[in-house]
Amino acid sequence: MGVTTAMESLGSCSGCEIAILNIGEDLIPIITEALDIVHSPVLMDHKYFGQCGEGVTLTIPDAVVGIVSGGVCNHEHLEILEEMRKKCKVLVALGSCATHGGIPALMNGQDRADSWQGIFNTVSTDPGSEVPTIEVPAPLDRVYACDEKVKIDLQLPGCPPNPELIAEVIFSLLEDRPPVLPTKSVCDTCPTKREGKGAVDMVKRFLENAEFEPGAPLDEMRCLLEQGYMCMGPVTAAGCAKRGAPRCISARVPCRGCFGPVRKDGNQLLDMMNALASNGIDYKTVIDKKSLLRFSGAHGRLRPTKKKIVTEKK
Amino acid sequence: MGKVINIAPVSRIEGHAKIAIHLDDSGNVEDAFLHIQSLRGFEKFIEGRPAEEVPRIVNRICGICPWMHHLASTKAVDQAFGVTPTATGHKLREMCQVMAHINDKILHFFFLASPDFILGPDSDYSVRNVMGVVKAVPEIATQVVKMRQLGQMMLDKFAGKAIHPVAGVVGGFAKPMTEEERLELLEGTRTLLDFASFALDFGITHVFEKYMDVIGELGVINTGFLGTVDREDGSLRLYDGKLRLMKIDGSYVDFEGEDYLDYIGEHVEPWGYSKMPYAKSWNEGFDMSLDAPKGIYRANTLARINVCDSISTPRAQEAFEAFRSTFGRPAQQTLLYHYARLIEMVYACERTIELLEWEGITDPNVRTKAEPKAGRGVGIVEAPRGTLIHDYTTDDNGCIVKANLIVGTTHNIAPMNMSVKQAATTLIKNGVYNEGLLNQVEMAVRAYDP
Repeated sequence: MGVTTAMESLGSCSGCEIAILNIGEDLIPIITEALDIVHSPVLMDHKYFGQCGEGVTLTIPDAVVGIVSGGVCNHEHLEILEEMRKKCKVLVALGSCATHGGIPALMNGQDRADSWQGIFNTVSTDPGSEVPTIEVPAPLDRVYACDEKVKIDLQLPGCPPNPELIAEVIFSLLEDRPPVLPTKSVCDTCPTKREGKGAVDMVKRFLENAEFEPGAPLDEMRCLLEQGYMCMGPVTAAGCAKRGAPRCISARVPCRGCFGPVRKDGNQLLDMMNALASNGIDYKTVIDKKSLLRFSGAHGRLRPTKKKIVTEKK
Repeated sequence: MGKVINIAPVSRIEGHAKIAIHLDDSGNVEDAFLHIQSLRGFEKFIEGRPAEEVPRIVNRICGICPWMHHLASTKAVDQAFGVTPTATGHKLREMCQVMAHINDKILHFFFLASPDFILGPDSDYSVRNVMGVVKAVPEIATQVVKMRQLGQMMLDKFAGKAIHPVAGVVGGFAKPMTEEERLELLEGTRTLLDFASFALDFGITHVFEKYMDVIGELGVINTGFLGTVDREDGSLRLYDGKLRLMKIDGSYVDFEGEDYLDYIGEHVEPWGYSKMPYAKSWNEGFDMSLDAPKGIYRANTLARINVCDSISTPRAQEAFEAFRSTFGRPAQQTLLYHYARLIEMVYACERTIELLEWEGITDPNVRTKAEPKAGRGVGIVEAPRGTLIHDYTTDDNGCIVKANLIVGTTHNIAPMNMSVKQAATTLIKNGVYNEGLLNQVEMAVRAYDP
């Protein structure tokens, strides 16, 4: 029998689970021999309240390994995460939502209550619709990364995480050794050609394609930041690379930081502003600064813009 | 007041949902609900973002069908900025989109749905899953994993990322295709087409013929249908075309995506986070009654196969003709979603080959330069789970000021509720139920692949 494993997804998109499936040829031995999956809503039918739905307490079976994807957005997520922590010896946070809040934590930059009202009052909703409140889990005050709520033993970011690194984490747990994970930045793993500072003084929006010779290898394309595009490679953790290059770069598209900050507890917004300034680039030309925290808006990083207080003139 | 059976979580689906079946004092079904448990708020948190960045944000709505959101969004931004992508840019996007349909169908049919049929709806939950399928039919399972991986890696290698893609850009595509890439993709897609043909035969002999009685009963409801068809000949389309909204009696209207607000409204119930689109243009309101539903239509595979007049590729057309002559138009049996899914998989393979054989596909002119500006754009594609509508309004700086999204799965929220109620009412009598019966209620949901 394999190592008992429980998997859960909180506020997420299932992309992390698809990344697990993308492990490829090792997948079948992993899910049928190496691991004994005892709970995983996306793959199998273990239920929270008993198989006939008559229980009253949300229950997940004991497991050696627990893998959680998604951030903590509502009270049900919190209850599930706490139950996973209680039942699993080693708890892994998989994907940038679980480790840094991910895209759903962009909501942390908005007034949540106002936003939800707006979502149920659009051009297509029936007039007078209200935010649902019956039989649905109530939202938390903001979106949290998992380690803000429970102890996490291993963090594996990425949107999506790299299947090779997921396999490495699983094998390291089976072999009872620390996993070998990247510590460098996206730039450190990027083969594009850097010619030096001073070439640009402002960042431009990605409204036309980068300059490159079609079909020529990436090391013949000039660094996208040096081409003047906002590229978050300098401040972003490496790990996405496949076939020797960061993935977005191999699509000839600049990095947006989906593996979270390269510095532990780093702030991708502030770090990127510093990186731009130290290269002589005017950071004021960045059109939407909030968006630099689009993958790491948990941990209190992203907050709603304060509404201006209007004081009545006497 | 009787008791409530909670099926939580609904499993082997993409999203987060639970089923609550309310029994009366004598143990019969009084009511049943599919509660959608999750709301993230994409419509609001893309406000203020530069529109050209949005296709890289909204792909996170769904990690199973990220290409669909990515490209519906890209099309909406094209329109808002008033830019026309190059012909090759459009075709490269379409190729990625139909190719992503192939992988999605392999995933859904074999990984998520097939355990119910291969191992049986009443088999124990500990084996009724993909791990059980591997043990029961190892050769097929190995092939399934290999084919899904092939499809994913083809997309991954060509477009950089298969999950949460970035290669679709306002004005076209981020990189051209080389001849070498074209030949490799063509070879891989031919392999996938052979597998798709095998999968369809396998489905017909091992699932649909075998479970014909169940198909005729489980979750069957009567509704209208919505899908995309070719503007000229009414054939099945996934990337672009006009929308067709069909009534229960088979009559239909065709309209352009940007006019969707004249045809579709969204109803909100207080007991689930998903909005429920309905046919506003039928002027009959919204009612999920099983006997006399009002405004209810369905989307996703069965809907597309019902609304189209034909399929433009030969093998899929042959399968389509057999399907229509057996089940008529519109076919209402919910489990036929699986059958329609396998027909679409064949189409998606054949269409990918057509696109790869198009003479302009390796043209380096893949993107038209865009300028940010104020405007409105409605981008529509057919996602595996239904018609996807992204509607954006931008300001002078090209940033989003308003967004309205109607996501594929949501078209089927009201119908899924009806199918759950129909299944529960038929299966649970006088307080007698068991795990197998409750799983059959879930099977009625799984057919919709939510």
